[in-house]
Amino acid sequence: MKREVIALSALLMCISPFVSLSAHHGTAAFDNEKKITLKGTVTEWFWSNPHCLLRFDVKGDDSQIVHWIGETQNPVTMVNGGWSKASFKVGDEVTVTLNPVKNGLPLGRILTAELPSGKTLDANAGIRGNVYK
Amino acid sequence: MKNRLLALFAFIVLFSFVPFANAATPRQQTSKTTKSATQAPRHGLSGTWAPANGAGDGIQANGVKAMPNDGKPEHQPPYTAYGLQAFKSHHALEGADAVLPGFYDDPRDKCEPLGFPRMNFYNLRETQILQNEYKTAMLYEYGTAWRVIWTDGRPLPKLAQGGVLINGEVKEPRYYGYSVGKWLDDTTLQIDTIGMMGEDRVWLDTAGRPISDQLHVVEILHRVDRDRLEWSVTIDDPKMYTRPWVAMDKFPMKLEDPHTDVMEQYCSPIEMEKYNTLFGNPASGPGSRPQGK
Repeated sequence: MKREVIALSALLMCISPFVSLSAHHGTAAFDNEKKITLKGTVTEWFWSNPHCLLRFDVKGDDSQIVHWIGETQNPVTMVNGGWSKASFKVGDEVTVTLNPVKNGLPLGRILTAELPSGKTLDANAGIRGNVYK
Repeated sequence: MKNRLLALFAFIVLFSFVPFANAATPRQQTSKTTKSATQAPRHGLSGTWAPANGAGDGIQANGVKAMPNDGKPEHQPPYTAYGLQAFKSHHALEGADAVLPGFYDDPRDKCEPLGFPRMNFYNLRETQILQNEYKTAMLYEYGTAWRVIWTDGRPLPKLAQGGVLINGEVKEPRYYGYSVGKWLDDTTLQIDTIGMMGEDRVWLDTAGRPISDQLHVVEILHRVDRDRLEWSVTIDDPKMYTRPWVAMDKFPMKLEDPHTDVMEQYCSPIEMEKYNTLFGNPASGPGSRPQGK
């Protein structure tokens, strides 16, 4: 037992430096083939680099609240696409469509967000452009 | 008499700053009556420029625009043995050789300066160019970073002892190097840059391609007409690559409205930490698709 504890400790010591590097993910984290649409209540709109984060609570069929987080692009790209730091406020009822992460956690990359006004924001509008000829 | 002197002094002070605001302005004003409104001004690059194909074109997430790391053999740079070894020692988050999100070591995400030439190859967005008779300044949106190119006829410094030699003195390597520009014709500026930070401090691109202290970058900025600029970049680094190769080939930029307000795009350790805690780390957990070299 003592030997197993030592081995486990050694393993954790080896892994921990890499865990601390875990961070800004690439595209590998998302299931790009899957889209889900969620209705929820905004709890935070974190306007930041490298990505803005929208936190919102969704009530499941069993009445349990699930705390979802959706990421967007960075603030510059979002402004180019018509979003702003004032796009959401706490308590807003929103409908969010996103690509969820592959590991099943309530996280995803936002595609669109419908505001209480009925206006829909496109999360990729700020990176598109016309082709230069 | 005193008032006249004061007025003369104010006049001189005011006009001494005008050339830096826009060196091409006098030429543009005098040529307006004779040249097409869409013609490129002579030796004029001043303005706010943005990727002509949209902001997404300048992100270059998989590596340099002309040679992305997409797995195609024709897009592999001509590595030396040491260059390939250096490339493999980098753990990129994007591109065909990307590692699992928890195991990458891109200095970008430690909020290190991108350095040159990576600032041309990652999030190249709205770029402000200011000129006077001595220098051209380029203000990049990402990292709120700037670089200065001397255009006063001075020679390019020589590489020496990991830095450069200027007037007999060895100067330190710099993140954004030492740049000298010369006009090849009325609308084409060639910029040569050496003396950059090399391996371990600066990557060439987001795919993790390496550079060394022997790197010489040649940029060609060709103003096609008033509204268009094409930007090419050649990499010449004998320590890392067996021959020069083109990393950006006539990348198109368009002239923005001069009143355009350019936002900051920055790396904040505080914001990065919160982002990682809330999203980056859990998103990168078990179940993410393994890749890797």
